[in-house]
Amino acid sequence: MEQLKTIGRELAMGSQGGFGQSKEFLDLVKSIGEARSKAEEDRIVLHEIETLKRRISEPDIPKRKMKEFIIRLVYVEMLGHDASFGYIHAVKMTHDDNLLLKRTGYLAVTLFLNEDHDLIILIVNTIQKDLKSDNYLVVCAALNAVCKLINEETIPAVLPQIVELLGHSKEAVRKKAIMALHRFYQKSPSSVSHLVCNFRKRLCDNDPGVMGATLCPLFDLITIDVNSYKDLVNSLVSILKQVAERRLPKSYDYHQMPAPFIQIRLLKILALLGSGDKQASGNMYTVISDIIKKCDSSSNIGNAILYESICCVSLIYPNPKLLEAAADVISRFLKSDSHNLKYMGIDALGRLIRISPEIAEKHQLAVIDCLEDPDDTLKRKTFELLYKMTKSSNVEVIVDRMIDYMISINDSHYKTYIASRCVELAEQFAPSNHWFIQTMNKVFEHAGDLVNIKVAHNLMRLIAEGFGEDDAAADSQLRSSAVESYLRIIGEPKLPSVFLQVICWVLGEYGTADGKYSASYITGKLCDVAEAYSSDETVKAYAVTALMKIYAFEMAAGRKVDMLSECQSLVEELSASHSTDLQQRAYELLALTRLDVHAIESIMPPDASCEDIEIDKNLSFLNSYVQQALENGAQPYILENERAGSWNINNLRSHDHHEASQHGLRFEAYELPKPPVLPTVSPSSFPASTELVPVPEPSYLREVHLVSSVSDAGSSELKLHLDGVQRKWGRPTYSSPSSSTSSSTSQKPVNGVSQADVSSTIHSKPHENYGSRKPQVEISEEKQKLAASLFGGSSKTEKRPSSHKIAKASGNAVERSQAPKTTVVSNEAQVNKTYHEPPPPDLLDLGEQTVSSSAPSLDPFKQLEGLLDPSQVTSTGNHDVAADTKSPDIMALYAETTAITQSGSGGYSIPSSGDDVNLISGWSNATTNSSHGETAVTPASQSKGPNLRDALQKDSLVRQMGVTPATQNPNLFKDLLG
Amino acid sequence: MIQSVLVMNTQGKPRLAKFYDFQPVEKQQELMRSVFSVLCSRAGSVSSFVDTESIFGPDTRLVYKHYATLYFVVIFDSSENELAMADLIQVFVETLDKCFKNVCELDVVFNYSKIHTVLDEIIFGGQVLETSSTEVMKAIEEISKLETASNAINLVPKSVSGWGTR
Repeated sequence: MEQLKTIGRELAMGSQGGFGQSKEFLDLVKSIGEARSKAEEDRIVLHEIETLKRRISEPDIPKRKMKEFIIRLVYVEMLGHDASFGYIHAVKMTHDDNLLLKRTGYLAVTLFLNEDHDLIILIVNTIQKDLKSDNYLVVCAALNAVCKLINEETIPAVLPQIVELLGHSKEAVRKKAIMALHRFYQKSPSSVSHLVCNFRKRLCDNDPGVMGATLCPLFDLITIDVNSYKDLVNSLVSILKQVAERRLPKSYDYHQMPAPFIQIRLLKILALLGSGDKQASGNMYTVISDIIKKCDSSSNIGNAILYESICCVSLIYPNPKLLEAAADVISRFLKSDSHNLKYMGIDALGRLIRISPEIAEKHQLAVIDCLEDPDDTLKRKTFELLYKMTKSSNVEVIVDRMIDYMISINDSHYKTYIASRCVELAEQFAPSNHWFIQTMNKVFEHAGDLVNIKVAHNLMRLIAEGFGEDDAAADSQLRSSAVESYLRIIGEPKLPSVFLQVICWVLGEYGTADGKYSASYITGKLCDVAEAYSSDETVKAYAVTALMKIYAFEMAAGRKVDMLSECQSLVEELSASHSTDLQQRAYELLALTRLDVHAIESIMPPDASCEDIEIDKNLSFLNSYVQQALENGAQPYILENERAGSWNINNLRSHDHHEASQHGLRFEAYELPKPPVLPTVSPSSFPASTELVPVPEPSYLREVHLVSSVSDAGSSELKLHLDGVQRKWGRPTYSSPSSSTSSSTSQKPVNGVSQADVSSTIHSKPHENYGSRKPQVEISEEKQKLAASLFGGSSKTEKRPSSHKIAKASGNAVERSQAPKTTVVSNEAQVNKTYHEPPPPDLLDLGEQTVSSSAPSLDPFKQLEGLLDPSQVTSTGNHDVAADTKSPDIMALYAETTAITQSGSGGYSIPSSGDDVNLISGWSNATTNSSHGETAVTPASQSKGPNLRDALQKDSLVRQMGVTPATQNPNLFKDLLG
Repeated sequence: MIQSVLVMNTQGKPRLAKFYDFQPVEKQQELMRSVFSVLCSRAGSVSSFVDTESIFGPDTRLVYKHYATLYFVVIFDSSENELAMADLIQVFVETLDKCFKNVCELDVVFNYSKIHTVLDEIIFGGQVLETSSTEVMKAIEEISKLETASNAINLVPKSVSGWGTR
């Protein structure tokens, strides 16, 4: 009866095909499945292990039973329990002649053992034998094991057989042999380096499957060394072509796509080969555009190929047509309802904007949708895209968003990641120092424990150095605002240690500088901090030093200092601290307060943290003392490297230590005691900071002046970071030589078209216009729209020329638009005002921004065209464009000089006339020689009529797109010119 | 390269775990637990991709699909295409479906070694080997045939005699 039940259950369980299991196994699985808790499950499994342990070592177990035991072992181990007692039985099973048992044995060992396990040595022999077997299934099973179990040492034992199998008659075996060889290559490239040519050979295999398998190792090889495989481009392209044209047998189709995985592999390889290689890329254009055209975008795998094509297009030498096709695909992805496709679309967009930044504009709405999507994966991908698109114009919006998200998540890994991104962006693009400090405060407050300590040092140095401009008022304003914000934050519970260090340092340095807060108020706050975070010695150290500075500044200013009682008790407590560092700081504080005003002034000059500290490396002030000692018969000091052989270790202590650990006993006599290493510093030689640990090392000296209290370890990196903050170099876009050429090539057709009939083509050919834009112009409008959409205001989001320093928001407007342009801008704004209603400050702005931005984006090439029109201006025009891309300032200067000559002014007046297309083509023809000198006025007045027309056109386009237009964002012009 | 293929049910019980780079048993458990905790927190209509760098280290991606009571998970690096990996899961499941006629969780549980055989025909040493479920089925059938043949010689007599004694 019992058996019948079992049989019935077995049948019901659907265990077909000779994989039947015994009742015990079924019961085991069932009881585990029914287990209510982890503990219960563990109990069942442990019981099972006991049973197996007992039974597996019984003599004469029937093989079939043994096989089941092994499977049960595998199962037990999958549940997380140790089954190592049965490994040997699995190994034994691989020796069996029966195919089923052998395969089970191999399965078990590949799951149980790693390549360095002791038992491997028992298997290698079997594998060797099996690789030579007549039965190809045995060979396959062995190859499977080879992949997992053979390590660097045992590769030579099986390598000859594997190579032989590359010519096996069964394609399944050839395929697996190639992959095994690939695996060897991954594990130890040197051991198979002489066999690499086999991969090339197998690329020509008759069987497409084998060819496809060869692509895996080739991909790895080409990733490492592109140049030696350039000759494969043509063959690979023709393979891809044949695959895409369905020349492969039907059996390779998958969901109506011909061999999609092979296509994907090929595209990946071509991307590697074509990257930065114009000639190689040229060979690929046709096939890639065919694939994009033909690909069925309704199936998942079709989209996978499309995505891969975009990746390929974005990596190879740019081709405008392909970029356009790729942009179309991306917009399809982003419009899709599937989150997967949106994700791929965002990812692809991030790749493509490196080459053609302007395509992002079209997709702002979709991007913002993705940013607000509940799907975390999509959100993070979108942040990655935003990170790539960040520039000074949109940094505020993006970083704010990032911080909001950072606060909302718990995943500390990603929190760290996004915090570091925020810091990086803020350092690189900060529009003002005030904003930078506020942003850093937020980052520190919410993720302070996760960010690098250097970030804190950077912030301190920024506050100390100010804006890098000679504007003392702005600097002190920044400092007071920093002090104020810190005094506000300081009361909050559980601030991260790093942040507290910054707070203490800033309060100590600048807390009383502007006279707004009294010394007792600040010191009280500092004492509170030291008390509240009494377990954190670093914070306490910072707090004590800050106290010392404040007292020093007070006394130096001639005021009477009464130490607060809480402060006194703090110092008392610390002077008895276990930490010598804290003790020293406390004693220094006490000593300092007893000095007279002059001494204090020279020890602790106010606001001197940025000043260079001259360190007398030779300690010349000790010369007389040394001389005296020598005269009294002391031994002269011998430099470390001149000292005897074993004295090559840096200092006495470590030397002794090494001696002790290296030799148990020393048999030679001890040297005479050496004169003690001279005290390297006397505190008085470092007037600005007692926190400074003097290290007589040249590289350090150069950087000490920045923030004296920064620990020496990070100082060199700090310097690097801050450079980024001040100069705000944008990230490099696509490699410049290729990008400049690409822009020039793509401009040609556009010029032709637009010259024929500019006004009618503007709107019908937006893509070409996008393509014609200089790649150097970073993502630009996209952010502005984003910003506008999020905040409704355009004033915030002005683009800042990269060569300008931070701060001085007021000067910005003047800086970015040179005199002639401003008139046009205002003119343009007026026109827009008359024609469009004021914008509703909501998301709809986006759409209208797209519209308005599309027109200005035409400009660069129009400038070019206008410049080229009068033939004698050609060179000037080119210069102009070149200057454009660098900085408006240069532009302005240049314009002034060129304005003297007729042709120069003609050339210049065109860019200055901003976004007006008709004006340029018409005007530059008609009045090449006429309007010079007052370029600012002439184009402005002339542009009125055409501007109206242009605005009308814009308006109609806007209506087509179904959005309400708003005022023109004047910043757009800046983008065009710089 | 594909680093790992996991199948687990909606309660987090592992049904299949294949790591193409060796991981010790404890580590495997830990990885599977973290994967499960990520997966079960995701809503139904979101993308199949998960950011798993915190679990599997840098340059790793995870694609999963949810079929009935099972999660199928593939972990791989940047040399693979996410959408293609999603389709690879599809291939795997399609093949299982052909293998078992309407595959369900129980089939996966009780045919443990067969599932491994199927997977080994699709992914070999961390690389995609075959993506046509028909081809995979052919190979599986051939293996089954040969195995039953060798079974017939060695095992069937015993089991027959076993039947006799019951």
